Amino acid sequence: MERIDVLKTYKIFIGGKFPRTESGRYFHVKNDTGELLANMCLSSRKDFRNAVVAARKVQKSWESASALNKGQVLYRIAEMLEGRKSQFMDELMMSGSSKIAAKKEVEQSIDRLIYYAGWSDKFQQIFSSVNPVASSHFNFSVPQAMGVVSVIAPNKFSLLGLVSVVAPVIVGGNTCIVLSSEENPMVSISFAEVLNTSDVPHGVVNILTGKRKELISHFASHKDVNAIIYCGHNNKELNEIEKLSVENLKRVKIYKRKNWGDQKNQSPYFIERSQEIKTIWHPTEV
Amino acid sequence: MSKLNLSKTWNYAAATESTNHILLKEKYDLFINGEFVKSNSKKYFDTINPATDEVIAKISEANKKDIDLAVKSAKIAFRRWSKLKAKERGKYIFRIARMIQERAKEFAVIESMDGGKPIRESRDVDIPLAANHFFYYAGWADKLEYAFPNKTPKPLGVAGQIIPWNFPLLMAAWKIAPAIACGNTVVLKPAETTSLTALKLAEIIQESGLPKGVVNIVTGAGNTGAEIVNHPDIDKIAFTGSTNVGKLIQKSISGTKKKSTLELGGKGANIIFEDAAIDQAVEGIVNAIFFNQGHVCCAGSRLFVQESVANIVIEKLKDRMSSLIVGNPLDKNTDIGAINSKEQLATINKYIKIGQEEGGEIYQSKCSISKKGNWCPPTLFLNVSQSHTIVQEEIFGPVLAIQTFRTIDEVIEKANNTPFGLSAGVWTEKGSKIFKLTQELNAGVVWANTYNKFDPTSPFGGFKESGFGREGGLHGLKAYLKFE
Repeated sequence: MERIDVLKTYKIFIGGKFPRTESGRYFHVKNDTGELLANMCLSSRKDFRNAVVAARKVQKSWESASALNKGQVLYRIAEMLEGRKSQFMDELMMSGSSKIAAKKEVEQSIDRLIYYAGWSDKFQQIFSSVNPVASSHFNFSVPQAMGVVSVIAPNKFSLLGLVSVVAPVIVGGNTCIVLSSEENPMVSISFAEVLNTSDVPHGVVNILTGKRKELISHFASHKDVNAIIYCGHNNKELNEIEKLSVENLKRVKIYKRKNWGDQKNQSPYFIERSQEIKTIWHPTEV
Repeated sequence: MSKLNLSKTWNYAAATESTNHILLKEKYDLFINGEFVKSNSKKYFDTINPATDEVIAKISEANKKDIDLAVKSAKIAFRRWSKLKAKERGKYIFRIARMIQERAKEFAVIESMDGGKPIRESRDVDIPLAANHFFYYAGWADKLEYAFPNKTPKPLGVAGQIIPWNFPLLMAAWKIAPAIACGNTVVLKPAETTSLTALKLAEIIQESGLPKGVVNIVTGAGNTGAEIVNHPDIDKIAFTGSTNVGKLIQKSISGTKKKSTLELGGKGANIIFEDAAIDQAVEGIVNAIFFNQGHVCCAGSRLFVQESVANIVIEKLKDRMSSLIVGNPLDKNTDIGAINSKEQLATINKYIKIGQEEGGEIYQSKCSISKKGNWCPPTLFLNVSQSHTIVQEEIFGPVLAIQTFRTIDEVIEKANNTPFGLSAGVWTEKGSKIFKLTQELNAGVVWANTYNKFDPTSPFGGFKESGFGREGGLHGLKAYLKFE
């Protein structure tokens, strides 16, 4: 008798758990030929708010984990992803990538995680300074995580784009809530499974699937979110984000990049964008 | 002060680390061009457990011809290694870091057997730090242009690296990791009394798939080291060891194009102010001088205590010393293990004798010491001054020289009055005093309210006759790069 495949239910990722959206709604994801690939969760404002709570709850402890530890966690994500390379390639190919492109995207995603794992205990050495003030003080400036960051992930490069934006945010001690690619959201939930088996503390990364149109205003307006990263080119969306972010002076970072495969789209400046600078004065006269 | 004494009723039960899980060969050959090969000298020497006098294994002695082969293999490997994509170079080094982590326990046990250090230290300090060092520098491989803006960093070529016996694997990591991350290839020689963990590291390097010849590990004593230093195809010498040998190396490479970094001896000043947290400071004094049996180049071997608290500090220190457990390095209760070698024990005993002859007042904690092996109880000297030999010279053992001071300017003057400049410690609850001292002390590392702390991200190295160049951190990269 022919064996019947078991199909995967794609849910969302909040606080280390995989709940269904509280809204109970879904949207179809289809391939180029119109074939149904999956019913994805159409996340709601309530899902987002729950994710912010989860992200806030763990933020301080994640930030205070040693840089070495954060680096090892990111490295672990890369290890896990490497082990599931073929699964991710399959998923990317289902939604239209060629085999070569899929392989390249997964490999670049792994390498990018390693790249940012390496920065975990180095970016501070690039962006800090000792300031030779004129008075008898020891004065220095160091980066510190902004806190909770909401992320509108790129629509294209559904895996590599997500990794390229999320890795520098979390390696700097932030936690985040990500709205995955709307066009190809499946891979983001599979990536959540990787995160969940990689020693990433629950709530550090939360991933929602759904419609930008519905969720952007919440991502931008929530008072307990410190910064928002927007990947895309839609000026209407951008204007909305910029306006709504003013309320709590949320930091707005915009990535208009199209080709996340380009090596130029990785640098310590991606980390620096979700860091504040803190300056400390201390007397040196006895 | 009445003291609670439980030693008669409560003794620590032995908590000995098992050795049945370690893999050791009877004989170790040289690791050249990715293979273990027999030395042309055909000679082997014993590596001895300093706690039991037992022979653990036989180690090959590399001669001139062997060094020539090792350097040639490194030189050939350099062509491809230096051109390999930097991120791929990094991945190999990450692998090495992970494999050390996986085998950490085995390494810790071997390190304690071969070198005599307490298992607690090899388990919690040496081995994890060595793995972290590889992890840290692996990450730098593809990021060098950020470390040196407006420069184009290039590797130097073949690095000859000679390391000491006090932190065998850790020193190998400090040397190899930054060198290969920057695209160099290396010929490393461990110290003759502690070759084992370096050779175990060679096994890991082999298993990691690192291209052949990128790391070569050759064993032997001073003569072998001299062959590395004098080989014409060596581009850089990195040496950690005594100031005397450091100066000899510097002399023999003068007039050549060889670059060098030297991490040499020290006579660290550990300064306790009257406003320090006294109990914490006493713990700090113990850690500063008795960590790793005092076989630490940055040990706080000169203690300066402010006069007003000198009596109480010394009393508490003697109490604390009497509770230190000297014994089996593999016992998890042990605080102070075996002295690394008979030669080193003789050196320490020579200095203890000189200290007494010159009028110092000695105090040693009473502890029962095994007849086999090399042991030295924790020792301190009172009534010594700046002119005493044991205050001036590096002993490299568990021997502390104590002086007192009255003013901050006096102690700065005294602390800096030495040809060395590796490390110093400051103990006070007053922040401004810490920063005043850290600015005035001429030392490469200054610890405030702590001592003997190491981290891959933190540069380490000396001023003055403690050597030059830094290891660790962003600054540690510079030792292995040139800027065209």
